[in-house]
Amino acid sequence: MSKRTLRVSKIRNGTVIDHITRGHALDVIKILGIDGRAGGVVTIAMNVPSEKLGVKDIVKIEGRELNPEEVDKIALLAPHATINIIRNYRVVEKQRVKLPSVIYGILKCVNPSCISNSGEPVKSTFYVEQEEPLRLRCHYCGRIIEREDVLKQF
Amino acid sequence: MNAVRFEGRDIISIRDFTRGELDYILNMASEMEEVAKRGSDMLRGRTLASLFFEPSTRTRLSFEVAMQKLGGTTIGFAEPDISSIKKGETLADTVRVVENYADVIVLRHPLEGAARFAAEYARVPVINAGSGAEEHPTQAMLDLYTILKEKGRIDGLDIALMGDLRYGRTVHSLAYALSLYDVRLYFISPSMLRMRREVLDDIKGRVDVVEEENVEDVIPKIDVLYVTRIQKERFPDLSDYEKVRGSYRIDLNLLKGAKDGLIILHPLPRVDEIAPEVDATPYAKYFKQVWNGVVVRMALLALVLGALE
Repeated sequence: MSKRTLRVSKIRNGTVIDHITRGHALDVIKILGIDGRAGGVVTIAMNVPSEKLGVKDIVKIEGRELNPEEVDKIALLAPHATINIIRNYRVVEKQRVKLPSVIYGILKCVNPSCISNSGEPVKSTFYVEQEEPLRLRCHYCGRIIEREDVLKQF
Repeated sequence: MNAVRFEGRDIISIRDFTRGELDYILNMASEMEEVAKRGSDMLRGRTLASLFFEPSTRTRLSFEVAMQKLGGTTIGFAEPDISSIKKGETLADTVRVVENYADVIVLRHPLEGAARFAAEYARVPVINAGSGAEEHPTQAMLDLYTILKEKGRIDGLDIALMGDLRYGRTVHSLAYALSLYDVRLYFISPSMLRMRREVLDDIKGRVDVVEEENVEDVIPKIDVLYVTRIQKERFPDLSDYEKVRGSYRIDLNLLKGAKDGLIILHPLPRVDEIAPEVDATPYAKYFKQVWNGVVVRMALLALVLGALE
């Protein structure tokens, strides 16, 4: 077994998040609320050589399959990532994350005076103006939110 | 401009308008000058509801007069304290009740994005009469109209916006509107009240923008000076307000270096940012803006209610 395969060893059941933009592995961990206390093996690899990206980060999570909302959240911070669902050491599902042009519900506007932060029946709505660096505009108040603002919410 | 259709349209943000549409509105406003003097029954049988969740006299009176000059009627409230809002009703519910009484809703609300939100619930057109520190699109339209009427054009002018550029909603809408024209903009403010980044990002690349702290340096260069009040109620910390108040005051001494054709505008109310001695000069156009507001709002009401094509 080469050193290379050791570094990114296989998992039995769970999720491999590949092609994360370099430097964003810990952001992905944070956004998924992973703190290690759930018990499964979590492997984080940073600055791994990649043909597509030059270097990339990888996160492997044993015993957890991501749901679509979690995949959308990853897209906010790592728009090139691919998600591999692993069962019994085999990739059973492979999908590329895709940032939708409009993001409903998962984020809060940073503007405390925005109507979307009031008691009204309203679902937060953001338009993706730019993927990298991330730039979202609130549909209601027009406020711009960026990567740091998104990270603070998870 | 045959493709422009305004009937049923909400007036929420100046960002929703193209230059062609703004020019069309200004043109219609000009045609309303005569109608405003003699009155009309263009909107007879139609009702405007003015829902003012924040104090305002000017804007509300202006809309109501505009409606009445076109033969329509008005209902509404100016004191949310005495209405059902005090009982905890949501804006979404208020709008769905009021739309049964009215053909158009004019809304002022302290929260940003409130007008956009209300329009999603209302079946009748909603006109934003000011939402928090965000936008005041009809004020921007009447400001454009005043510049056009007084200077004969908007393109080619050097225009300064001065005062509270961070919290002043009128300057956000106006800066965006002006960026659709071929102008140079000067933003004059204390550093803590600089123009919001969102606005700067939006207009960057379309027009030249110069940010200045010192008004004296800019006065000789400009054709239009738009002055705004430093609004006490926008400051979370009153000591910050005390630091900047009165630091920008226009008086005759300051105007010595001005171009002959300079015009001074102000959305009103003013406190002490323009000395009363300036009122009698040919520069002062701020009271003329008030009339212009009526004709611009007449044009908008007639357009969204389908009485004008």
